Amino acid sequence: MKKSDEHVLSQQFEIKGGDFSNAGKTSTSIKEILQEIGIDTSIIIRAAIAAYEAEMNVVMYAQRATFTLNITPEKLCFKVEDEGQGIDNLDMAMQEGFSTATDEMREMGFGAGMGLPNIKRNADRFKIFSTPGKGTSLDLTFFLNQDE
Amino acid sequence: MKTREIIKTLQLEVLTGQETLDTEVTGGYTSDLLSDVIANSKEGNLWITLQIHQNIVAVAKLKDLAGIIIINNRKPDKDTLEKAAAENIAVMISKEMAFEVSGKLYELIGSQD
Repeated sequence: MKKSDEHVLSQQFEIKGGDFSNAGKTSTSIKEILQEIGIDTSIIIRAAIAAYEAEMNVVMYAQRATFTLNITPEKLCFKVEDEGQGIDNLDMAMQEGFSTATDEMREMGFGAGMGLPNIKRNADRFKIFSTPGKGTSLDLTFFLNQDE
Repeated sequence: MKTREIIKTLQLEVLTGQETLDTEVTGGYTSDLLSDVIANSKEGNLWITLQIHQNIVAVAKLKDLAGIIIINNRKPDKDTLEKAAAENIAVMISKEMAFEVSGKLYELIGSQD
């Protein structure tokens, strides 16, 4: 194991699907952790946007998920693995404006079809895997030394 | 300009977050789409919206917004106010529509980006 792979911090959060009353808690906790350890503000802003959208996707479309935060001296990684309906067509889901949200979610101001594109735009590396009927897994990386 | 001064000029009713009213407001953001606000609002912005459900509080907190102005005299849900009080987020009500509130706020502080 290279020294640079050593984890400075690793933490897991459980997110419950459909739980709108706790929605945003995980991303808020993650933002607070990043602020406490002194991550650069511009990175925190991007990471918080991505974390919130990833969390809301679980709340809206999955049964449950584990959100894993890993921080090394070089990078910040989010892994969000959910059990849920999965995504039938990833190309469509990545298109700005495409959404499968219900009318009720749209009335609440969700389902603008901006979630996944927002995540991709704000992460330095973005990987998504989905099995329809089983779930979706999201792998995000933010590099902490931007000049590298 | 501080939230407190804007409240006075725009005649807003303050429901929560009284302790935060000395926050320096950096601008405004008018939108009812949460993803849009998450993506594009800036720290210290006042968020002008018709949304009244509890999830607006997490958005304001996550983006360090100066507060939320709810338009058209709409009354926020009870759990929205409980959350906002717990998280110390200023929630205010305006009797006017988004266009008027945004226009008046712009006149006061402009776009400070």
